[in-house]
This record gives sequence, structure tokens and C-alpha cells, in this order.
Amino acid sequence: MPNSTLDKAKRGNPITVVKLPSGNIKSQLIRLGISEGDRLKCVQRLPGGTIVVQKNRQEIAVGFDLAKKIHVIIQ
Amino acid sequence: MFMKTDNVVNLENDKIISPLKTLIEPEKSQKVVLVGNPNVGKSCFFNFMSGMYVDVSNFPGTTVSITKSHFQGNDVFDTPGIYGVGSFNDEEKVARNIILSADVILNVINALNLDRDLFLTLQLIDMGKKVSVLLNFSDELKKRKIKIDTKKLSDLLGVEVYETTAVDKLGFDKLGEAVNAARIGKQELDLHFLLNQVITKSVSQSDSLLILEGDEAIAQKHNVACGTPDERERIYIGRRNRVNEIVDIVEYEDSKKGELFNHLGRLSLNPITGIPILLVMLVLMYFFIGDLVSQRIVNFTENKIGKDFLEYNVKSFTGHYTPVNVDVTLHDEKNSYISKKTFSFPSGISDNPTLQKEFSELSKQKGARTDFYFQNLFVKLLFGEFGVITMTVTYLLFLLLPLVIAFYFVMALLEDSGYLPRLATMLDRSFNKIGLNGKAVIPIMLGFGCITMANITTRMLGTEREKSIVTAILQFVIPCSAQLAVIAALLSGAGFAPMMLYISVITTVLVVLSTVLNKMLPGESSPLLLDLPMIRFPRISNVFKKTFFRSFGFMKEASVWFFIGALAVGILEISGMLKVWQDVLAPFTTTWLKLPKEAANAFVMGMVRRDFGAAGLFHMNLSIMQKTVSIITITLFVPCIASFVVMLKERGWKEGMMIWFGTWIAAFLVGGIVAQIVI
Repeated sequence: MPNSTLDKAKRGNPITVVKLPSGNIKSQLIRLGISEGDRLKCVQRLPGGTIVVQKNRQEIAVGFDLAKKIHVIIQ
Repeated sequence: MFMKTDNVVNLENDKIISPLKTLIEPEKSQKVVLVGNPNVGKSCFFNFMSGMYVDVSNFPGTTVSITKSHFQGNDVFDTPGIYGVGSFNDEEKVARNIILSADVILNVINALNLDRDLFLTLQLIDMGKKVSVLLNFSDELKKRKIKIDTKKLSDLLGVEVYETTAVDKLGFDKLGEAVNAARIGKQELDLHFLLNQVITKSVSQSDSLLILEGDEAIAQKHNVACGTPDERERIYIGRRNRVNEIVDIVEYEDSKKGELFNHLGRLSLNPITGIPILLVMLVLMYFFIGDLVSQRIVNFTENKIGKDFLEYNVKSFTGHYTPVNVDVTLHDEKNSYISKKTFSFPSGISDNPTLQKEFSELSKQKGARTDFYFQNLFVKLLFGEFGVITMTVTYLLFLLLPLVIAFYFVMALLEDSGYLPRLATMLDRSFNKIGLNGKAVIPIMLGFGCITMANITTRMLGTEREKSIVTAILQFVIPCSAQLAVIAALLSGAGFAPMMLYISVITTVLVVLSTVLNKMLPGESSPLLLDLPMIRFPRISNVFKKTFFRSFGFMKEASVWFFIGALAVGILEISGMLKVWQDVLAPFTTTWLKLPKEAANAFVMGMVRRDFGAAGLFHMNLSIMQKTVSIITITLFVPCIASFVVMLKERGWKEGMMIWFGTWIAAFLVGGIVAQIVI
């Protein structure tokens, strides 16, 4: 699914990050290891839409409202 | 660096070549700073280097202070865990300042999270600082069959890399070498070029980098234009790409291991399995905190040590030299009243030896309760019922301290195991509805221990708006442990209906309050973005030390406010203001809340200590519904004096007073409505 957002990801989906929201939050995402072009895996989608992604061995929880603003390609 | 033999040689040569020696080996002490992401074991290194422990934090947002020590003639500083150098929050600002002034940086990185941790490493190298890298968790690499080519990593970074395992102190013998071998690393050409446009004689490379990355405070310091967010992003993305390249080159993975704990971590995230896990945790917590500590231990420490021993002795000692009336009330084993005798010592106890003998015999009988009524106002203020010295000391040391220790202990366990960030993640969506993110669970959980403690913890929340909402929730609806114990006692035996009534009324207030605040308060709350550390067994020594340092820190910070609060209440009591309040509230209590007149007493006492208020209700003959109404009112009623003062300090006068008056209104409004319906 091209042109999607992270909140749409389902458990187990491999994801490519296309565009991050701008501002401070972008810098924080990049520091944590999520940047544009990165390949992540959605390891969990909690009811309500909180997303947990995995990059290599690291897991990061992303709140629903933030996930909506992260543009991704879901494979 | 200074081995024993060196010292001996130096001592011998001291007199002869002293001026020369200072030339060859300047005795300048260096400023060594430990820097790393959260959960990399930084504090273990610091403890080893200093020989003293500091707080090790597993949850982003709990270590705020900087700790300084000495290591081999150098000053060593510990910093809060950060993901990068900048000024996104208070901790980063604190860490940034100390990093900027550092001579040598020891960068601790987690070998299992190279791609996350190297971002900070490269940033430190880009700052032009002398760096050595400590690659921690090397033992985990072997377990998980991951290989990291440290030599190649060292070549690529241009600085030394040391393999370490902090928990077992492996590689710690190299720390001295790491300090000495620290050097300036390799920088990307593009960035180097950019930086050179900013660097001048007065603006160092590290300052220049932060200016390019949009740090306004640093730009202002040098009075130059600050980098735009776009520029920062470009630099960040470049750095991120370099990290990814480096990781690709140096890391090999043979097989995937350590999946069991990962699995457990996932289970605790998903509500279907996570809520049962949470319930089990809560039940265990209840048995530990609610039953063992707040009932058994506190009963012993507060009554036996605090009241019967400390207060009794202090008060009777004071009573020897100042006019006092003493009531001795006798109770039998079932705590029922037997008799009461009043002793009057108009010139102090020691002035009347016969009466003194009778008094001391009677008051030492089993089941005797002794109440001292001092005549002198000043003595009353210090040693009376709400005495600054008597009540506050008992309260702080024998009621609050055991509870605070128990709560911090449980938090440390949850934190060290990696459960807390997962709990925050699981609850995130529910918290979103009231304008918070999942992290707010931490101060709210602590609130069930002590509201004052929780008020201080709101500092970890992202925005002022979130701090305001949580502070209000804490003061309005969260009963602290002292109060919970009394509420539980009053409700037990009352049956199912009153309990449900109580819970549903309080929950309704919580929902209404937080929804209103969420709508009213301007701005937006910060979204959840949380690094989930590995699930692991908590290391007990770590947990104990963490508990000790936090409890100590809290007592150090909060104690003074408990004393000031007690003093304020004491003055109110002596000046008769407390009595006036009770009289003002009395008609309101009888007609609107449909409670006996004396209940007004309980409410006013609730301002001093929340459990005082609730405990006062024990001795009244209340119907079940009257009990329910009174505990609803007391729960919603104003926080105790100490948490009021700390709230004012944390949130400012205006907001603090608004919340405080709000609780008056809410308590009487809601309590009254319920009373009108059910009584």
C-alpha cells in the first residue's frame, strides 16, 4: 500500500518510512532511529491505534496521533 | 594512569625536579563526562569510577540531576540519559551544558542498539570533543550470537572503542586508559565544511554545531543567527545515514535469540493479555504496599515508635517544665473506652511529684492513650497536637517514609524490568481521551502512594498542559495511601452498593474533570514516542539503590514543606481560625451533606492530613450512606497541606489556588448532590 500512514499498519507489516511530520518531533524521531527511507516492522497495533514498530532489535512505541502524521509505504 | 610505582617515583623526585615535572606532566585535572542514551548502564560506570552510587534510570525522564565525583585525579560527571545533544527538554539542556564544558567524553553505548546509540556518538564527535566509546552489554552479544567488529568501528569513528559489561564490571580496568586515549574523531566532510563557516575564535566547534542544529540558547550566547529547523533536519538525516552505514559494516548477526523476553514484552503491551498482567501486578502491589507496608508496618512505626515512644517522651519531657493538662484515656484490648482521667500541672509535671508518679504509672498502662494540652502558645505550636516537632516528625519518618520507600521500590522494580514503558504504551489511547499520553500513568500511580510525591513527578511530563491536567487529577480524585486505608476500613462491611457508588462517583468526577480541562486548556499535548527497553529481570541491587536514592531525594526536597504546612496549621489552630472554619462549615455539613455537625471537624482536619479527616469519621455514628457521602466528600476535598504547598511551588500561585478552591467546590457540590439523592 503506497501513500499510507503508519496508523494503518497491521501487525507484522514491513514498512518503509516516506515522510515524517516536521518540527521538533521529526528530530526526535530521527534520533531514536526512525528517518525517512528507513525500513521498519510493525510488531504490534494496539486497539485504538498505538503502534509499536521495530527497527533491528529496538522497539519504539508511537502514539496514534503521531502515527497518523507519519507517511509510509506498507508492504 | 597513576600506577603505584609511578607515585613512588614521583614522590622521590618531587623535590629535585619539581619545576620540571610540572612542565612535562601538567597536573591539570580534566573534566570527564559520561554521556549515553537511557538504559545503557552509564551510572554503573559512574558508580565504579566514583566508588559511590547514583540513581540508575530505566525510564526516560527520571534522572534529572548531574552528579560529580573524582576518578584518578579527574573530575567525573554523570548526565541524564539523552538520545542527542540539544534542548528538547530540561534534561537535555542540563546534559548539553555539561557536555559543552567537557574536556573528555566517555560515551557509553548499548551494543544491542548500535543504530540508535551511534547517533549520539557521531553528534559528540561532530562537536569536536575528545571522545572514547564504551561498548556496553558485550556479554549479551555473545548470548545472542551477534558480532560487532570493534576495530572497524573504532576506525570508522576515529576514536577508541572498549568492550565492557557494566553489570559484571568487565572492561572496567580499561577506564583509565579510555580517559587518556580519548581523541577527536572523524567528521563527515560536508558537515566539516558547513561548520567551518560558523567557527570563529570565540565560537568553538561544539557551539557551532549546536548553532547549526538550531539551538537558540547557544546562538543567543554568541549573538549569531541560529540554524533553521530545515538545516537541523539535513544534518540529522546525514548523521542518521552515516550511522546506518556504519552499523551495516560492523555488525553481523548469526541467529535470532532472546525471543522469550521479547515475547513477554509483547504480551504486556496488548490489552487482551496486558490487562490481566496489569491486574496481577496490582494485586501483588496491593499485598505488598496496601497490606504489608501501609497496614502492618506503618501501624507499628506510626503508633508504637512515633506516638507511644517518640511523641510521648518528647511531650512529657516538655511538660516537665511548662504548664500542661494531660488526659489519660484507658482502653481495653478490644479498643473500647474504659475510663479517662485528667491531670493538671499548672507549673509543669516535675513541680508535683505525687501527681507525677500517678500520671506516669497510669499512662504506662497497656491501652492507655495520653493527650497533652500545653498552655503556652509557643510550646503548643512546637509540641502540641499538630506540633511542628511532634506531629510532623512522626508523620514524616514513621508514616510517610515507609510508604514512600515502598512505592519507590515497586516503581524501581517495574522500571528496571522494562515493564513501565510498556504499561504507558498500553494505556496511551485511554489517556489520549483526557488530553494526556501514556506516560501520565507514572505520576498518577505514585499519587496512590503520596500526592506530594506525585506532584513532584509531574515534571517528567512533556508539556505544561499535561502537567496541569495531571496535577488537577491528583488533587481532586486520587486518594493517597494514608487516606485509602481509612476509606477501605470505612467501606469494608458496608456492602457492595456503597462501594460501587463510591467508585462510580469518583470515576465520573475524573472523567468530567479531565474532559473539561482537556477542552479548556489551550495548546496540544505531546504525542507518545517511547523507546521500549528490553524486558529483563530487575537487578535487585540496582532496585535497592534506586529506591534509596529516590526516597532520600524526596524526603530531602519535601520535608521542609511538611514543616511549613504544620506551622501554618498550628498558627491557624492557636489563633482560633481552625475553630472558626469548623463553625462556618457546620450548618453546611448538617443541611446540605446531611451529616452530623462534628463531620465539619473531619473536613477541616482533612486539610492538615487527608487521613485525619477520614479517621475522624470512625468515631461518629454514621449510617452506611452517610459514610459513603462523607468519604466521597473527603476524597474530592482539598489535598493535605504539604501537597498544597508543593503544588503551589510546582505549578505557581494562580493555578495552585484555582485547583485548591476547585476541590472545595467539587467536594461539597458532588458530596451534597449524592447526599440529597441517597440519604
